[in-house]
Amino acid sequence: MAERSFTKEVQKLRLGEGEVFRGEGILAVTKALLQSGVSYVAGYQGAPISHLMDVLTDANDILEELGVHFEHSASEATAAATLAASVHYPLRGAATFKSTVGTNVASDALANLASGGVKGGALIIVGEDYGEGSSIMQERSHAFAMKSQMWLLDPRPNLRCIVKAVEDGFALSEATSTPVMLELRIRACHVHGRFIAKDNVRPKFTLRDAMENPVRDVSRIVLPPASFLQEQEKIRDRWPAAQKYIQENSLNEVFNDGTRDIGIILQGGMYNAVVRSLELLGLSDVFGSSQIPLYVLNVTYPLVDEEVKKFCENKRAVLVIEEGQPDFIEQNLHAILRRAELMTKIHGKDCLPMAGEYTAAVVIAGITKFIREYAPELIQESNLPKAARPAPPAKSAEVHPRPPSFCTGCPERPIFTAMKLVERELGPHHVSADIGCHLFSILPPFNLGATTMGYGLGWAGAAALNAKDASKRTISVMGDGGFWHNGLTSGVGNAVFNQSDNVLVVVDNSYTAATGGQDILSSAAKNPIRTTRLSIADAVRGVGVKWVRTITHTYDLAKMRDVIREALTTKERGPKVIVAQSECALNKERREKPWKRKQVEQGARIVSQKFGVDAETCTGDHSCIRLSGCPSLTIAPNPDPLRKDPVATVVESCIGCGLCGEVAHVARLCPSFYRTDVISNPSRWERFTTRVAHAIIHFLQRRDGRRLDGIYA
Amino acid sequence: MSAILQPVAGAAVQSRAITIAILAMGGEGGGVLADWIVDMAEQGGYLAQTTSVPGVAQRTGTTVYYVELFPEPQNQNTDPVLALMPVPGEVDIVIASELMEAARAVQRGLVTPDRTVLIASTNRVYSMTEKTATGDGRVDHTQLFEAAKSGAKILVHDDFAARAHETNSVISAVLFGALAGADVLPFERERFQQAIQHGGVGVASSLAGFAAGFASARGQNARIADVTNTKLKVGWRLRELAARIQQEFPAASHEIVLPAIQKLTDYQDLHYANEYLDRLAPVVSAEALHGRPDVPLLREAARYLALWMSYEDASRVADLKIRRTRFERVQQESRAKQAQLVQIREFLYPRAEEIADILPAPWGRWLMNSEWMQRLIERFAKGGQIVETTSLAGFLKLYFMAGFRRWRRNSLRHQRERMKIETWLSLLIAIAPEDYQLAAEVAESPRLLKGYGDTYARGVKNYEALMSALPQLQRKPDAAKCFRKLLDAALSDDSGDKLTEAMQQVAA
Repeated sequence: MAERSFTKEVQKLRLGEGEVFRGEGILAVTKALLQSGVSYVAGYQGAPISHLMDVLTDANDILEELGVHFEHSASEATAAATLAASVHYPLRGAATFKSTVGTNVASDALANLASGGVKGGALIIVGEDYGEGSSIMQERSHAFAMKSQMWLLDPRPNLRCIVKAVEDGFALSEATSTPVMLELRIRACHVHGRFIAKDNVRPKFTLRDAMENPVRDVSRIVLPPASFLQEQEKIRDRWPAAQKYIQENSLNEVFNDGTRDIGIILQGGMYNAVVRSLELLGLSDVFGSSQIPLYVLNVTYPLVDEEVKKFCENKRAVLVIEEGQPDFIEQNLHAILRRAELMTKIHGKDCLPMAGEYTAAVVIAGITKFIREYAPELIQESNLPKAARPAPPAKSAEVHPRPPSFCTGCPERPIFTAMKLVERELGPHHVSADIGCHLFSILPPFNLGATTMGYGLGWAGAAALNAKDASKRTISVMGDGGFWHNGLTSGVGNAVFNQSDNVLVVVDNSYTAATGGQDILSSAAKNPIRTTRLSIADAVRGVGVKWVRTITHTYDLAKMRDVIREALTTKERGPKVIVAQSECALNKERREKPWKRKQVEQGARIVSQKFGVDAETCTGDHSCIRLSGCPSLTIAPNPDPLRKDPVATVVESCIGCGLCGEVAHVARLCPSFYRTDVISNPSRWERFTTRVAHAIIHFLQRRDGRRLDGIYA
Repeated sequence: MSAILQPVAGAAVQSRAITIAILAMGGEGGGVLADWIVDMAEQGGYLAQTTSVPGVAQRTGTTVYYVELFPEPQNQNTDPVLALMPVPGEVDIVIASELMEAARAVQRGLVTPDRTVLIASTNRVYSMTEKTATGDGRVDHTQLFEAAKSGAKILVHDDFAARAHETNSVISAVLFGALAGADVLPFERERFQQAIQHGGVGVASSLAGFAAGFASARGQNARIADVTNTKLKVGWRLRELAARIQQEFPAASHEIVLPAIQKLTDYQDLHYANEYLDRLAPVVSAEALHGRPDVPLLREAARYLALWMSYEDASRVADLKIRRTRFERVQQESRAKQAQLVQIREFLYPRAEEIADILPAPWGRWLMNSEWMQRLIERFAKGGQIVETTSLAGFLKLYFMAGFRRWRRNSLRHQRERMKIETWLSLLIAIAPEDYQLAAEVAESPRLLKGYGDTYARGVKNYEALMSALPQLQRKPDAAKCFRKLLDAALSDDSGDKLTEAMQQVAA
């Protein structure tokens, strides 16, 4: 079960012709797929396209009605390979993943797909995780489109244009026998807006038709000599076909041409930022009626030479607004104009920064620089927007960064607390990290983890550190998501084969938690449309690991610590795998809270727990925080006027996971932690014994309390 | 309506969008708040666009939700182009769910004095840096507040988290109320409330939170500040001692010494508090010789003497755990209803040393020399104990432990601490005439002695390292500065690395 439920929103997928759809960008993409008559969708979750997967999951009955097959692929490579169904059959298919990381994984399949080409429309929807809030290396998907000759769409970021891009993408793919990539930036994925819906289309040619009437065409298979011919075909046929289709169907847009002898060429995705910048400079109205001609590339690869020449020929200079590096588009534009012997000056990365996100402030500064050079009369220097003026000195308030961290009650936290405790005994070890929530271990307060080489590659990242004469072992971490994605082979199989003597901790929290809690093979929950509840330990043994330990309750800190210590010190040689299991607290809470409430209402005995710290006995050392980092465990002013340091305190968001108490015990910290159990619907006997106990307790408290009379006013 | 945006919203054709940025941390409902605003605007004849960059920032990091509103155009084909991210200097309304986030919004240029109405909650959600400091790593509250105040055109502030707590609601609802109350959007209060009803989740509590936020923004929640300083008043039992303090101690030390005698009487008895004042008397004389009106030496010596004399031993911890007032406090914090039972469980880990500490000295020494007894205790406490103080058995266990208070003066630990305290005090008094500043620093050094178990042992080790470095330092001209450096180093990390480093630097 995913973290966010779209059961209400997916009803919007049923909207018909002429009705107004209001909602999130990613939901609009789903609707567009259905309107385009898609036959199958495959994908792998990851921000910013996780919601696309979640929407499709929640919309499964609608998909079934339309005969659409939807898969949670094992990896992005799987998702991309799924598009092979469109090679021989007139089936429209879509694959989706986070980019560039997902595209990296998928690129083997994508390259094969692009070489042979497709018959049915094949659309690859990539969520471009670039700029603010991104959790990955900063690269462009653009390079993948170029190297494999796939067409790249980068539509203007409003719902109408995004939906149109999906529809155009399929048509372009079919017209050119080429897979098409649709790039959506993170904000566009999450943008709330509206568009006028169309009816959903049931594919005429079905998956069943394909299975029952198999087709093969050797010229579409990547094998010599066909592969050499395919390369020629890309250049000779598909490329010109694409340029022709883009031009004839006006996929790119020109606004307000003829108004000036300068212009701006921009990626579609940058349109809103550019218009806002022009608006603030007084060069456009809020509706995008610009005083500078704009050439909007809704298709950023390939460029259409004829369109470029036409836009540039009567202009002194154009500014290219192309986010990210290298400056593929700008270089391409130079080549086109040079070949055409046009003298139009091209500016781009000389006015704007080569690297980094093009925020509105960056774009304003860049456009200002360009205009200042070519049409200074257009801008009032005295009335420039703040973002185009030199930055005032930074304010003096001390503001700390807030990096993401483990949630309250996260079952992964005790694993790293245990590693910290073992570190105190055995000294530091090399820790190889992976991708997932567990990667937050590299940040304070844990500061564990030296490298991260990609999803599922945690153990592979420590492969070389396998010296037979070393006195310490390495620890690698991998999540259940990464494990099934590829870690079982790239990490575990590799370690067995190469006779590793090191340690792997598999964090098994029942979901791919970091991407929003999607199910995987080892999920504990029953899923009606997927096969779950398979054991990671069995899989690990299956590839030949002998030393396997499973901890079924990671909050048991002593056990967790002992098993890590054992793995690091045992005389037994060979790879060692610890499977640390506990359900993602975020998802567990979401599941259990309503259930508990119902139980209480029905009169069942339910205990709810929270932790607390006695401020009187806390001395303000904060060791407990340094071993936990829980958001619910924080500090508060010391109520004792004599003490200066703030005390630890547990705030209301505590879900009673118990780690605080465990830490206090196992690290022998302090006696300040207590747990409060609130019992709803206690039994009669319980109530009776409590009453008796309290009577005696109250008597003693009253008697001894007299000693304290008259101390405080 | 719409005091701030009237010239714009009231015009026939609005020339630009209303821009709103919401800064919240993961799990605070920033997305819900944005959705309410969008729904309200759409129902109110506006075109609304919102977007965000959630991703991993949802996991407790900070996120910005950005909303733009524009009156629904007559012609459906000419939609305005709305931006997907805030432009520094061009934001009308910024909502921050916490004070450091408000300061961050100012720092990022989202809040500007010519334009922005900043709706900020003044509560603090401490950053990891602030939380993990071994001492006090908090950023100055007033500094953050001043940044918010001077950065904004209008600052609407209150502890909205507290209002949420009081109304059993969530901060997003309270902030939505404050947005309505701030009167900056062209919508009536009813429209705001309809959006909450329309959302359909937790409507009743959200509306309660909304009302509280609305009232705050309208200044209706203003509380009368507590001007009576109760801290400096003592009860009847301490009247005589208080009179002695009035006579013998300079006024600037009273805010330390008065709570100190309360604490020590609470800890042991009246005699103990009296003993405290006796011990402090030579420091008063030393201070008088020097004549600093703010008496820093005396204040710090008074503070740490009181804390040292009230060291946390097992009987003190037990005594505090079983008190009636504590039971009541926990009961209240739990928000349990009449029909529910509340149980309190303590996480204790008694060690042989700690048991030995509260025993009469000869017994304690015997215990520390008897390996089998220690093993027995370790076995008994293996893995720590969870004691239910609200059960009779658990209560009596701690009650018994607390009873050792009566013999505390003869206990092993008391003897040990008394000796150390005397050494420290005489050192202070000896240093003060020669180097007052150094004496004041030395007065603060018992700050290192805190925590329990390993933490305490580490503190003791650091303290002793400092004390042994003292004779050598005293010969230096900048002795006080050097000593301060060592003290800060010892306080700044728990590995001891910084102290070792600082020691080397000072010795060099």
